[in-house]
Amino acid sequence: MTELSQGALAAEPGQTTDDHQQHPLKVYFIVWGWLFVLSACSYFVDYVGFQGLLRWTLILLFMMAKASLIVAFFMHLKWERQSLSWAMLLPPVAVLAFVGIIIFEASYTLMTREVYFDISNVPGF
Amino acid sequence: MTDTSLPTETGDDQARPALPSGWAGVVSDYSSDQRTFKNVNWGKAMMWVFLLSDTFIFGTFLLAYMNARMSTKVAWPNSSEVFALHIGGVELPLLLIAIMTFVLISSSGTMVLAVNYGYRRDRKMTALFMLITAVLGASFVGMQVFEWSKLIEEGVRPWGNPMGAPQFGAIFFMITGFHGTHVTIGVIFLLIYTRKTWRGDFDTERRGYFTSQKSKYESIEIMGLYWHFVDLVWVFIFAFFYLW
Repeated sequence: MTELSQGALAAEPGQTTDDHQQHPLKVYFIVWGWLFVLSACSYFVDYVGFQGLLRWTLILLFMMAKASLIVAFFMHLKWERQSLSWAMLLPPVAVLAFVGIIIFEASYTLMTREVYFDISNVPGF
Repeated sequence: MTDTSLPTETGDDQARPALPSGWAGVVSDYSSDQRTFKNVNWGKAMMWVFLLSDTFIFGTFLLAYMNARMSTKVAWPNSSEVFALHIGGVELPLLLIAIMTFVLISSSGTMVLAVNYGYRRDRKMTALFMLITAVLGASFVGMQVFEWSKLIEEGVRPWGNPMGAPQFGAIFFMITGFHGTHVTIGVIFLLIYTRKTWRGDFDTERRGYFTSQKSKYESIEIMGLYWHFVDLVWVFIFAFFYLW
Protein backbone atom coordinates (compact mmCIF):
# COMPACT_ATOMS: atom_id res chain seq x y z
CA MET A 1 0.00 0.00 0.00
CA THR A 2 1.18 3.50 -0.72
CA GLU A 3 1.60 6.01 2.03
CA LEU A 4 -1.23 7.85 0.31
CA SER A 5 -3.77 5.15 0.91
CA GLN A 6 -2.46 4.63 4.40
CA GLY A 7 -2.95 8.33 5.00
CA ALA A 8 -6.41 8.38 3.50
CA LEU A 9 -8.86 9.08 6.25
CA ALA A 10 -11.76 6.93 5.18
CA ALA A 11 -9.88 4.38 3.13
CA GLU A 12 -12.14 1.41 2.71
CA PRO A 13 -10.68 -2.04 2.11
CA GLY A 14 -11.85 -2.31 -1.49
CA GLN A 15 -10.95 1.22 -2.46
CA THR A 16 -8.69 1.61 -5.48
CA THR A 17 -6.20 4.17 -4.25
CA ASP A 18 -3.38 1.70 -4.72
CA ASP A 19 -1.09 2.75 -7.54
CA HIS A 20 1.12 -0.31 -7.26
CA GLN A 21 0.97 -3.12 -9.75
CA GLN A 22 2.23 -5.97 -7.66
CA HIS A 23 1.24 -9.51 -8.50
CA PRO A 24 2.46 -12.99 -7.66
CA LEU A 25 5.65 -13.92 -9.51
CA LYS A 26 4.02 -17.14 -10.68
CA VAL A 27 1.80 -15.21 -13.12
CA TYR A 28 4.83 -13.59 -14.71
CA PHE A 29 6.71 -16.86 -15.06
CA ILE A 30 3.74 -18.54 -16.76
CA VAL A 31 3.37 -15.62 -19.20
CA TRP A 32 7.12 -15.60 -19.78
CA GLY A 33 7.03 -19.31 -20.62
CA TRP A 34 4.16 -18.84 -23.04
CA LEU A 35 6.00 -16.01 -24.79
CA PHE A 36 8.93 -18.36 -25.40
CA VAL A 37 6.62 -21.10 -26.67
CA LEU A 38 4.75 -18.74 -28.99
CA SER A 39 8.01 -17.27 -30.33
CA ALA A 40 9.27 -20.77 -31.03
CA CYS A 41 5.99 -21.53 -32.80
CA SER A 42 6.22 -18.48 -35.06
CA TYR A 43 9.84 -19.33 -35.83
CA PHE A 44 8.84 -22.85 -36.81
CA VAL A 45 6.25 -21.45 -39.23
CA ASP A 46 9.25 -20.22 -41.22
CA TYR A 47 11.46 -23.24 -40.46
CA VAL A 48 8.89 -25.75 -41.66
CA GLY A 49 8.14 -23.52 -44.62
CA PHE A 50 4.37 -23.14 -44.51
CA GLN A 51 3.17 -20.95 -47.39
CA GLY A 52 0.12 -19.00 -48.40
CA LEU A 53 -2.95 -18.53 -46.27
CA LEU A 54 -1.88 -21.02 -43.61
CA ARG A 55 1.41 -19.15 -43.09
CA TRP A 56 -0.26 -15.74 -42.79
CA THR A 57 -2.94 -17.02 -40.45
CA LEU A 58 -0.42 -18.66 -38.13
CA ILE A 59 1.89 -15.60 -38.15
CA LEU A 60 -0.99 -13.27 -37.22
CA LEU A 61 -2.31 -15.70 -34.62
CA PHE A 62 1.01 -16.06 -32.79
CA MET A 63 1.70 -12.32 -33.14
CA MET A 64 -1.62 -11.30 -31.60
CA ALA A 65 -1.27 -13.90 -28.82
CA LYS A 66 2.20 -12.61 -27.89
CA ALA A 67 1.17 -8.97 -28.10
CA SER A 68 -1.89 -9.59 -25.91
CA LEU A 69 0.14 -11.39 -23.26
CA ILE A 70 2.72 -8.60 -23.11
CA VAL A 71 0.14 -5.82 -22.92
CA ALA A 72 -2.21 -7.60 -20.51
CA PHE A 73 0.28 -8.98 -18.00
CA PHE A 74 3.71 -7.40 -18.42
CA MET A 75 2.26 -3.91 -18.97
CA HIS A 76 -0.45 -4.61 -16.37
CA LEU A 77 -3.32 -3.41 -18.54
CA LYS A 78 -5.42 -6.35 -17.34
CA TRP A 79 -5.31 -4.88 -13.84
CA GLU A 80 -5.76 -1.22 -14.71
CA ARG A 81 -9.11 0.54 -14.67
CA GLN A 82 -11.03 0.11 -17.90
CA SER A 83 -10.95 3.84 -18.65
CA LEU A 84 -7.18 3.55 -19.18
CA SER A 85 -7.35 0.25 -21.07
CA TRP A 86 -9.89 1.50 -23.59
CA ALA A 87 -8.05 4.79 -24.09
CA MET A 88 -4.92 2.85 -25.02
CA LEU A 89 -6.43 -0.05 -26.98
CA LEU A 90 -9.13 1.63 -29.08
CA PRO A 91 -7.10 4.30 -30.95
CA PRO A 92 -4.71 1.76 -32.58
CA VAL A 93 -7.77 0.11 -34.12
CA ALA A 94 -8.04 3.22 -36.31
CA VAL A 95 -4.83 2.03 -37.99
CA LEU A 96 -6.94 -0.74 -39.58
CA ALA A 97 -8.86 1.89 -41.55
CA PHE A 98 -5.50 3.25 -42.71
CA VAL A 99 -4.52 -0.29 -43.77
CA GLY A 100 -7.63 -0.45 -45.92
CA ILE A 101 -6.81 2.88 -47.58
CA ILE A 102 -3.22 1.82 -48.28
CA ILE A 103 -4.31 -1.53 -49.75
CA PHE A 104 -6.53 0.42 -52.16
CA GLU A 105 -3.72 2.84 -53.00
CA ALA A 106 -1.04 0.14 -53.37
CA SER A 107 -3.25 -1.92 -55.68
CA TYR A 108 -3.78 1.14 -57.85
CA THR A 109 -0.03 1.88 -57.97
CA LEU A 110 0.70 -1.72 -58.90
CA MET A 111 -1.91 -1.61 -61.63
CA THR A 112 -0.44 1.55 -63.20
CA ARG A 113 3.02 0.04 -63.03
CA GLU A 114 1.84 -3.13 -64.72
CA VAL A 115 0.09 -1.16 -67.45
CA TYR A 116 2.66 1.56 -68.12
CA PHE A 117 6.05 0.36 -66.85
CA ASP A 118 8.40 -1.62 -68.98
CA ILE A 119 10.65 -2.61 -66.11
CA SER A 120 13.58 -3.43 -68.36
CA ASN A 121 13.90 0.25 -69.38
CA VAL A 122 13.91 1.66 -65.86
CA PRO A 123 17.31 1.85 -64.17
CA GLY A 124 17.31 0.47 -60.71
CA PHE A 125 14.31 -1.78 -61.18
CA MET B 1 -12.42 23.40 4.63
CA THR B 2 -9.55 25.61 5.70
CA ASP B 3 -7.04 23.34 4.04
CA THR B 4 -6.30 25.07 0.74
CA SER B 5 -3.17 23.10 -0.14
CA LEU B 6 -2.88 21.57 -3.58
CA PRO B 7 -3.84 17.97 -4.07
CA THR B 8 -1.09 15.47 -3.45
CA GLU B 9 1.22 14.44 -6.23
CA THR B 10 -1.03 11.69 -7.46
CA GLY B 11 -4.07 13.87 -6.98
CA ASP B 12 -5.73 11.55 -4.52
CA ASP B 13 -8.32 13.33 -2.47
CA GLN B 14 -8.76 12.29 1.09
CA ALA B 15 -11.77 10.12 1.79
CA ARG B 16 -12.72 9.40 -1.77
CA PRO B 17 -15.71 7.12 -2.25
CA ALA B 18 -15.11 3.72 -3.80
CA LEU B 19 -14.91 3.85 -7.59
CA PRO B 20 -17.43 1.90 -9.66
CA SER B 21 -16.06 -0.81 -11.92
CA GLY B 22 -16.85 -2.04 -15.42
CA TRP B 23 -18.72 0.16 -17.87
CA ALA B 24 -20.18 2.26 -15.08
CA GLY B 25 -16.58 2.91 -14.05
CA VAL B 26 -15.60 4.00 -17.56
CA VAL B 27 -18.52 6.41 -17.71
CA SER B 28 -17.91 7.84 -14.25
CA ASP B 29 -14.16 8.19 -14.87
CA TYR B 30 -14.64 10.09 -18.12
CA SER B 31 -17.43 12.28 -16.80
CA SER B 32 -15.67 13.17 -13.56
CA ASP B 33 -13.71 16.25 -12.58
CA GLN B 34 -9.96 16.76 -12.68
CA ARG B 35 -8.63 13.53 -14.01
CA THR B 36 -9.80 10.52 -15.95
CA PHE B 37 -7.21 7.94 -14.97
CA LYS B 38 -8.03 7.69 -11.28
CA ASN B 39 -5.58 5.33 -9.66
CA VAL B 40 -2.65 5.94 -12.00
CA ASN B 41 -0.04 8.54 -11.21
CA TRP B 42 0.60 11.21 -13.82
CA GLY B 43 3.96 9.77 -14.84
CA LYS B 44 2.40 6.44 -15.76
CA ALA B 45 -0.49 8.08 -17.63
CA MET B 46 1.97 10.21 -19.60
CA MET B 47 4.10 7.18 -20.45
CA TRP B 48 1.01 5.41 -21.78
CA VAL B 49 0.10 8.43 -23.90
CA PHE B 50 3.64 8.54 -25.25
CA LEU B 51 3.55 4.82 -26.04
CA LEU B 52 0.25 5.30 -27.85
CA SER B 53 1.82 7.99 -30.04
CA ASP B 54 4.80 5.72 -30.63
CA THR B 55 2.38 2.99 -31.69
CA PHE B 56 1.20 5.26 -34.47
CA ILE B 57 4.77 6.01 -35.55
CA PHE B 58 5.63 2.33 -35.88
CA GLY B 59 2.17 1.71 -37.35
CA THR B 60 2.80 4.18 -40.16
CA PHE B 61 6.26 2.68 -40.77
CA LEU B 62 4.73 -0.75 -41.18
CA LEU B 63 2.06 0.74 -43.44
CA ALA B 64 4.76 2.32 -45.60
CA TYR B 65 6.38 -1.10 -45.78
CA MET B 66 3.09 -2.69 -46.79
CA ASN B 67 2.57 -0.05 -49.45
CA ALA B 68 6.05 -0.55 -50.90
CA ARG B 69 5.80 -4.33 -50.88
CA MET B 70 2.30 -4.47 -52.38
CA SER B 71 2.95 -1.96 -55.14
CA THR B 72 6.25 -3.24 -56.51
CA LYS B 73 6.40 -5.36 -59.63
CA VAL B 74 9.78 -6.80 -58.63
CA ALA B 75 9.82 -9.79 -56.30
CA TRP B 76 10.44 -8.94 -52.63
CA PRO B 77 13.65 -10.50 -51.26
CA ASN B 78 13.03 -13.77 -49.40
CA SER B 79 13.72 -12.77 -45.79
CA SER B 80 14.11 -16.41 -44.80
CA GLU B 81 17.17 -16.61 -47.06
CA VAL B 82 18.43 -13.04 -46.62
CA PHE B 83 18.63 -13.43 -42.85
CA ALA B 84 19.86 -17.02 -42.81
CA LEU B 85 23.07 -17.94 -41.03
CA HIS B 86 25.57 -20.50 -42.27
CA ILE B 87 26.88 -22.53 -39.36
CA GLY B 88 29.02 -25.59 -39.99
CA GLY B 89 27.91 -25.79 -43.61
CA VAL B 90 24.23 -25.83 -42.64
CA GLU B 91 21.97 -22.96 -43.61
CA LEU B 92 19.64 -22.05 -40.76
CA PRO B 93 16.86 -19.67 -41.80
CA LEU B 94 16.30 -16.57 -39.66
CA LEU B 95 18.50 -17.96 -36.88
CA LEU B 96 19.95 -14.62 -35.77
CA ILE B 97 16.50 -13.02 -35.73
CA ALA B 98 15.16 -15.89 -33.64
CA ILE B 99 17.98 -15.46 -31.12
CA MET B 100 17.32 -11.70 -31.02
CA THR B 101 13.65 -12.39 -30.36
CA PHE B 102 14.45 -14.72 -27.46
CA VAL B 103 16.94 -12.24 -26.00
CA LEU B 104 14.35 -9.46 -26.06
CA ILE B 105 11.66 -11.65 -24.47
CA SER B 106 14.13 -12.69 -21.77
CA SER B 107 14.87 -9.04 -21.07
CA SER B 108 11.14 -8.36 -20.74
CA GLY B 109 10.95 -11.09 -18.12
CA THR B 110 13.86 -9.71 -16.12
CA MET B 111 12.29 -6.23 -16.31
CA VAL B 112 9.06 -7.57 -14.82
CA LEU B 113 11.10 -9.08 -11.97
CA ALA B 114 12.86 -5.74 -11.45
CA VAL B 115 9.50 -3.94 -11.12
CA ASN B 116 8.27 -6.61 -8.72
CA TYR B 117 11.36 -6.44 -6.48
CA GLY B 118 11.11 -2.65 -6.61
CA TYR B 119 7.69 -2.70 -5.01
CA ARG B 120 9.03 -5.12 -2.42
CA ARG B 121 11.63 -2.45 -1.59
CA ASP B 122 14.40 -4.92 -2.40
CA ARG B 123 16.99 -2.44 -3.61
CA LYS B 124 19.73 -4.88 -4.57
CA MET B 125 17.57 -7.37 -6.48
CA THR B 126 15.87 -4.51 -8.33
CA ALA B 127 19.22 -3.08 -9.39
CA LEU B 128 20.51 -6.52 -10.33
CA PHE B 129 17.56 -7.41 -12.54
CA MET B 130 17.58 -3.99 -14.19
CA LEU B 131 21.26 -4.44 -14.95
CA ILE B 132 20.56 -7.87 -16.48
CA THR B 133 17.80 -6.28 -18.58
CA ALA B 134 20.24 -3.60 -19.76
CA VAL B 135 22.86 -6.21 -20.66
CA LEU B 136 20.32 -8.26 -22.64
CA GLY B 137 19.15 -5.09 -24.40
CA ALA B 138 22.72 -4.14 -25.24
CA SER B 139 23.39 -7.61 -26.67
CA PHE B 140 20.26 -7.24 -28.80
CA VAL B 141 21.64 -4.00 -30.23
CA GLY B 142 25.00 -5.74 -30.72
CA MET B 143 23.37 -8.49 -32.77
CA GLN B 144 21.54 -5.87 -34.78
CA VAL B 145 24.85 -4.18 -35.58
CA PHE B 146 26.13 -7.57 -36.77
CA GLU B 147 23.02 -8.04 -38.92
CA TRP B 148 23.31 -4.56 -40.44
CA SER B 149 27.00 -4.91 -41.29
CA LYS B 150 26.37 -8.36 -42.81
CA LEU B 151 23.64 -6.95 -45.06
CA ILE B 152 25.66 -3.87 -45.99
CA GLU B 153 28.53 -6.18 -46.92
CA GLU B 154 26.17 -8.12 -49.17
CA GLY B 155 25.33 -4.90 -50.99
CA VAL B 156 22.02 -3.91 -49.40
CA ARG B 157 21.55 -0.15 -49.65
CA PRO B 158 18.56 2.13 -49.03
CA TRP B 159 18.24 2.59 -52.82
CA GLY B 160 18.80 -0.97 -53.97
CA ASN B 161 20.05 -4.48 -53.33
CA PRO B 162 21.09 -7.56 -55.29
CA MET B 163 18.24 -9.72 -53.94
CA GLY B 164 15.13 -8.07 -55.36
CA ALA B 165 12.86 -5.07 -54.94
CA PRO B 166 14.99 -1.93 -54.35
CA GLN B 167 12.70 -0.64 -51.58
CA PHE B 168 13.75 -3.52 -49.33
CA GLY B 169 16.86 -1.73 -48.03
CA ALA B 170 15.12 1.54 -47.23
CA ILE B 171 12.33 -0.23 -45.36
CA PHE B 172 14.73 -2.54 -43.52
CA PHE B 173 17.09 0.19 -42.34
CA MET B 174 14.28 2.55 -41.37
CA ILE B 175 12.17 0.11 -39.36
CA THR B 176 14.91 -1.88 -37.63
CA GLY B 177 16.98 1.28 -37.17
CA PHE B 178 14.14 3.09 -35.45
CA HIS B 179 13.45 0.09 -33.26
CA GLY B 180 17.15 -0.27 -32.45
CA THR B 181 17.23 3.40 -31.44
CA HIS B 182 14.39 2.71 -29.03
CA VAL B 183 16.27 -0.23 -27.53
CA THR B 184 19.43 1.87 -27.20
CA ILE B 185 17.59 4.68 -25.43
CA GLY B 186 16.00 2.06 -23.18
CA VAL B 187 19.40 0.59 -22.29
CA ILE B 188 20.75 4.05 -21.41
CA PHE B 189 17.79 4.74 -19.13
CA LEU B 190 18.01 1.27 -17.59
CA LEU B 191 21.63 1.96 -16.66
CA ILE B 192 20.72 5.36 -15.19
CA TYR B 193 17.93 3.75 -13.17
CA THR B 194 20.18 0.90 -12.07
CA ARG B 195 22.56 3.48 -10.65
CA LYS B 196 19.72 5.37 -8.98
CA THR B 197 18.35 2.18 -7.45
CA TRP B 198 21.75 0.99 -6.27
CA ARG B 199 22.43 4.38 -4.67
CA GLY B 200 19.14 4.08 -2.81
CA ASP B 201 17.40 7.08 -4.41
CA PHE B 202 14.03 5.34 -4.29
CA ASP B 203 14.39 4.52 -0.60
CA THR B 204 15.55 7.97 0.49
CA GLU B 205 13.19 9.71 -1.97
CA ARG B 206 16.10 11.74 -3.26
CA ARG B 207 14.92 14.55 -5.51
CA GLY B 208 15.53 14.15 -9.24
CA TYR B 209 18.08 16.24 -11.08
CA PHE B 210 15.72 17.67 -13.73
CA THR B 211 12.30 17.61 -12.11
CA SER B 212 13.08 18.00 -8.39
CA GLN B 213 10.41 15.36 -7.84
CA LYS B 214 10.93 12.74 -5.17
CA SER B 215 12.28 9.45 -6.51
CA LYS B 216 9.72 6.68 -6.17
CA TYR B 217 9.66 3.01 -7.09
CA GLU B 218 6.74 3.79 -9.44
CA SER B 219 9.39 5.11 -11.84
CA ILE B 220 10.66 1.58 -12.33
CA GLU B 221 7.20 0.41 -13.36
CA ILE B 222 7.05 3.30 -15.85
CA MET B 223 10.50 2.37 -17.14
CA GLY B 224 9.17 -1.19 -17.46
CA LEU B 225 6.21 0.00 -19.56
CA TYR B 226 8.62 1.54 -22.06
CA TRP B 227 10.78 -1.57 -22.14
CA HIS B 228 7.84 -3.92 -22.70
CA PHE B 229 6.62 -1.64 -25.46
CA VAL B 230 9.97 -2.02 -27.24
CA ASP B 231 9.48 -5.79 -26.97
CA LEU B 232 5.92 -5.41 -28.23
CA VAL B 233 7.03 -3.49 -31.31
CA TRP B 234 9.54 -6.23 -32.06
CA VAL B 235 6.72 -8.80 -32.03
CA PHE B 236 5.07 -6.90 -34.88
CA ILE B 237 8.32 -6.30 -36.79
CA PHE B 238 9.23 -9.98 -36.44
CA ALA B 239 5.84 -11.05 -37.79
CA PHE B 240 5.45 -8.58 -40.63
CA PHE B 241 8.99 -7.93 -41.79
CA TYR B 242 10.86 -11.15 -41.11
CA LEU B 243 8.20 -13.85 -41.31
CA TRP B 244 5.64 -12.54 -43.82
